[in-house]
Amino acid sequence: MNNIFVYCEIEEGKVAEVSLELLTKGRALADQLNCKLEAITIGYKLDEIGKQLFPYGVDVIHVADDKRLAPYTTLPHTSIVVNLFKQEQPQIALMGATTIGRDLGPRVSSALHSGLTADCTSLEIGDHEEKKENKVYKNLLYQIRPAFGGNIIATIVNPECRPQMATVREGVMKKEIRSASYKGEVKKIDFASMVSPEDFVVEIIERHIEKRKVNLGAAQIVVAGGYGMGSKENFNSLYELAEVLGGEVAASRAAVDAGFAEHERQVGQTGVTVRPKLYIACGISGQIQHRAGMEDSAQIISINNDPGAPINSIADYVINGNVMDVIPKMIKYYKANSK
Amino acid sequence: MKTFKIIVLAKQVPDTRNVGKDAMKADGTVNRAALPAIFNPEDLNALEQALRIKDQFPESTITILTMGPGRASDIIREGMFRGADDGILLTDRAFAGSDTLATSYAISRAIAKLGKFDLIVCGRQAIDGDTAQVGPQVAEKLNLPQITYVEEITAIDQKGITLKRRLENGVEVVKAPFPSVITVTGSAAPCRARNARLIMKYKHAKTVSERQAANEDYLSLYSDRPYLNIQEWTVNEVEVDFAQLGLTGSPTKVKKIDNVVLQAKDARKVEATDAEINLLMKELIDSHAIG
Repeated sequence: MNNIFVYCEIEEGKVAEVSLELLTKGRALADQLNCKLEAITIGYKLDEIGKQLFPYGVDVIHVADDKRLAPYTTLPHTSIVVNLFKQEQPQIALMGATTIGRDLGPRVSSALHSGLTADCTSLEIGDHEEKKENKVYKNLLYQIRPAFGGNIIATIVNPECRPQMATVREGVMKKEIRSASYKGEVKKIDFASMVSPEDFVVEIIERHIEKRKVNLGAAQIVVAGGYGMGSKENFNSLYELAEVLGGEVAASRAAVDAGFAEHERQVGQTGVTVRPKLYIACGISGQIQHRAGMEDSAQIISINNDPGAPINSIADYVINGNVMDVIPKMIKYYKANSK
Repeated sequence: MKTFKIIVLAKQVPDTRNVGKDAMKADGTVNRAALPAIFNPEDLNALEQALRIKDQFPESTITILTMGPGRASDIIREGMFRGADDGILLTDRAFAGSDTLATSYAISRAIAKLGKFDLIVCGRQAIDGDTAQVGPQVAEKLNLPQITYVEEITAIDQKGITLKRRLENGVEVVKAPFPSVITVTGSAAPCRARNARLIMKYKHAKTVSERQAANEDYLSLYSDRPYLNIQEWTVNEVEVDFAQLGLTGSPTKVKKIDNVVLQAKDARKVEATDAEINLLMKELIDSHAIG
């Protein structure tokens, strides 16, 4: 009882990266709180799912395995998770901040009247004092996220309601195997008593899931452009530099909103989190929600004609100048001098 | 011909997308007054989807429901200028401090008062919080199906509605019954512009509070043209359990707020000259950061 639960997303038998990252974080929190880590898997043909999950330090896997449960639809998954939580009384529940987690999470939190914090960038354990009631809560989950356009960082707690729920985007937490031989148990969920025929009123007619075209998370070199690039055409020089260096092009939210780059290239709190060897920020002012997605990069170069751009304060190298002048120079030197 | 009764949930938000330097006060806190209040962008995408249904079935009605302070009536008028029929402003100090769950509760009670409807349409998320929680939570409170991340309504008839959802790496087409709640993403069609005829028709549309504040002599205008009355509901107009409202009804508490303070790193300044850029590139190649 009162363990940490992670809802695992499964696409064609494979557990999503974000779920494995959350299991890694969940394991660390469980060690700190001295409780168990439990995984929820709802889908079809899940006999072998333990092989993927146990190495992350999972103590219990709850399985609901039925043809009607894959692919994900809102109502049956909600019914199962809500009933399971009523039975098991978890203290913390984590989900990916994905189209599934952000569809399921709020629905579950509403049904259980438990608080949910979206898009956390950090999760910690700590105490909380309610001064008015003169009450101290021990070992709460601090759900930490930028808010209000990234100008502030808020720490959210749920003193009374359980589970304490949070969603986290892919790439924010690190994925790490606990032990290849970690032993846990599998428990079947008695889902037949949890779902009703009305849970299947929404019908999936067609589904096209494509392999991701852009894989920012895996790129060792990221060339990122911001609103300061000025136009979609100017982004072409970033594609050229990225191609020459063997990197990938990313963009800030402002640049994506302005139509300079597609959404899947967005780095930041509401986009992808990256930790490349080298991050070249071009015409990016560096609001905190952008920095949240790239500040762990090993080296950062900022190219900006505003010497006061906030990004410069976390950069290793600041090139004060016009991006459109600087990039051709970088390309020219690299082409002439790389082996 | 079938007609649809559609409720569009909308929010007035501070425009956090372009936070300029004057938006921060000297003490580093956000100066909300310096940010313009706008119609939440994805709620406009949602309104457009509702208007398209009305284009196809002109007898359909669109009601805008918003919760917020008195000035949030601006977005109801904005919606009317684009084709919505009427609006309700849910406003009361009792709602202040609500988290997403308490907000969803208040909105769901207002919807319950509205009676029968076919569809609730709202934006996926609001730009001031980016939580994407209110749509699904309203759906749960009303015990209705939800279809999130909708990009397009591809078909609609008496029996149901077919929608295209935009997922991270693909699309899904689903069919849902009435009534349902749908949340619309920013990649959906942008909202049509204001219509000059509708601006003329609705420019004097006001809430009771606004009429009182304006101290107008033309009160007969509002009895002669009932469509100019924007309804204003307080907690007294909706049946609520006070324990579920505002701060009390919010399971999440803000423990603390940290202003973002940048800790300057010792960055090396590089001039944009050939010589300095070449030197930087040489160092990056030598240290295997690139190449």
